[in-house]
Amino acid sequence: MLELQHVSFEVNEEGQDIGILHDISFKIPDGHLTVITGPNGGGKSTMAKLIAGIIKPTSGKILFNGQDITDMSITDRARAGIGFAFQQPVRFKGLQVFDLIRLATGTKLSSVDACKYLSAVGLCARDYINREVNASLSGGELKRIEIATVLAKASQLSVFDEPEAGIDLWSFQNLIKVFEGMRKEIKDSSILIISHQERILNIADEIIVLSDGKLVEHGPKEEILPKLAGTMSAVKRCEKERALEGGEE
Amino acid sequence: MLNLDSVSDRLLEEVADLHKVPVGAFNIRANGQAVARNSTANIEITPKENGSGIDIKIKPGTKNESVHIPVVMTASGIKEIVYNDFYIGEDCDVVIVAGCGIDNCGPKDSEHDGIHRFFVGRGSKVKYVEKHYGSGDGSGKRILNPGTEVYMEEDSYMEMEMTQIKGVDDTVRDTKAELGKGARLVVHERLMTHGSQNAISNYRVDLNGERSSADVVSRSVARDDSYQKFDAVLTGNAACSGHTECDAIIMDNGRILAVPGLEANNVDAALVHEAAIGKIAGDQLIKLMTFGLTEQEAEEQIINGFLK
Repeated sequence: MLELQHVSFEVNEEGQDIGILHDISFKIPDGHLTVITGPNGGGKSTMAKLIAGIIKPTSGKILFNGQDITDMSITDRARAGIGFAFQQPVRFKGLQVFDLIRLATGTKLSSVDACKYLSAVGLCARDYINREVNASLSGGELKRIEIATVLAKASQLSVFDEPEAGIDLWSFQNLIKVFEGMRKEIKDSSILIISHQERILNIADEIIVLSDGKLVEHGPKEEILPKLAGTMSAVKRCEKERALEGGEE
Repeated sequence: MLNLDSVSDRLLEEVADLHKVPVGAFNIRANGQAVARNSTANIEITPKENGSGIDIKIKPGTKNESVHIPVVMTASGIKEIVYNDFYIGEDCDVVIVAGCGIDNCGPKDSEHDGIHRFFVGRGSKVKYVEKHYGSGDGSGKRILNPGTEVYMEEDSYMEMEMTQIKGVDDTVRDTKAELGKGARLVVHERLMTHGSQNAISNYRVDLNGERSSADVVSRSVARDDSYQKFDAVLTGNAACSGHTECDAIIMDNGRILAVPGLEANNVDAALVHEAAIGKIAGDQLIKLMTFGLTEQEAEEQIINGFLK
């Protein structure tokens, strides 16, 4: 189980502290698929990076299975059982898809076993297993390979930062199937997805809504999803802000 | 079996993947002397009359055969220049494995300068593999200065894989090629320098024939206080195409100078160069760390992949 206790995150720009996340507390129990959603700029990706250890909170604590992991490195968190799929997957000159999957599992994997993970994300394994993870792969292909590496790592908590970003509609249909499949086999592990997509929200057990760096809603999908319809869009927020600016003039 | 010491055996394995006497034609040189030589029905190896090297003559139509000509040096203080000429007849398809390993535990410099000339006959296909390797903890330097000249006739193809990953203190590598009509040259260079090593790699490729093409790609890593210079000039003298690429990673206080040069002397010459130098991207390290690798392990994997 992952638990955030009063987590805040600030950045310092031109001598000024700017708050990105304010006093966030929540729990992600095992056996659950949780989706964090909310408008752009609300702090969702920052939250994902805090959980993976890529950045450290300014204040507050992060606990994983009861252990305080706030000051733990990325490596130690990965070893403790946290997996992370990047919103924008990284390219590597020279490293092959097989290398990446092998490193994700941390074992001497056979290429047949590695292929299973590629098939699971809808890629024809034979065509991809020996490809370099470089610019010759399209954004959608990279994204699916990224997800395959997180499947291969089989973490107790798998975090996906906007898995739908940059992939086409056809790939998206498959992506939903991948998460539905993961949801079925979740057992003692848990999944955390950062997403805007209603179809991903639909397969969630719980939904957390972040807006302006604050946790504004957290509860079962059945309770939160109806409230979201039409209320959280970035467009609406812009309109609201513009109206406020207009009011100040 | 060859009667060599264990250090020479290890060097042979490093530079030519040889565990025993190779199959086919070979010439093994150790500490300045030929210690084993074998010609086959199609590939004849003869020493030059003045003793400065060997001639390798490959009969026209020779296919699926290989030549191994590794050099090992284990004695400190040897300095030699060897001239090896390869005459490859028409319509051949052969693999040539060269390479030099120096183990220098002594106080004097050891140097091997291998000058290889290739005359590639019409329609022939040649794969050339060259590995350079140094070991030993003596204060004497391990120096390798390979010179390679390639003369390619009509519709011939040559692929060169040149690797120097470890232990060579000083190297100046000069590669020169002249391509005739329809000839194609593909070069993959892999280089890693560490400590206070210096490596200079010069390429001069003249695309003289119509439809000739060249692809010269270098991937290199400079660590510690080492220095590398990559200087590749492609000259298009006909309707041809050429591409040169230097892709380099710098670490610690490593320094790299890339000087890509293109000269088009014909309006139908299409020449491209690319050069990129930088440290390992932070995102790449983070990605592998999210698999549970330490930063150092991640770095190693990225470099191994890059130089693969």
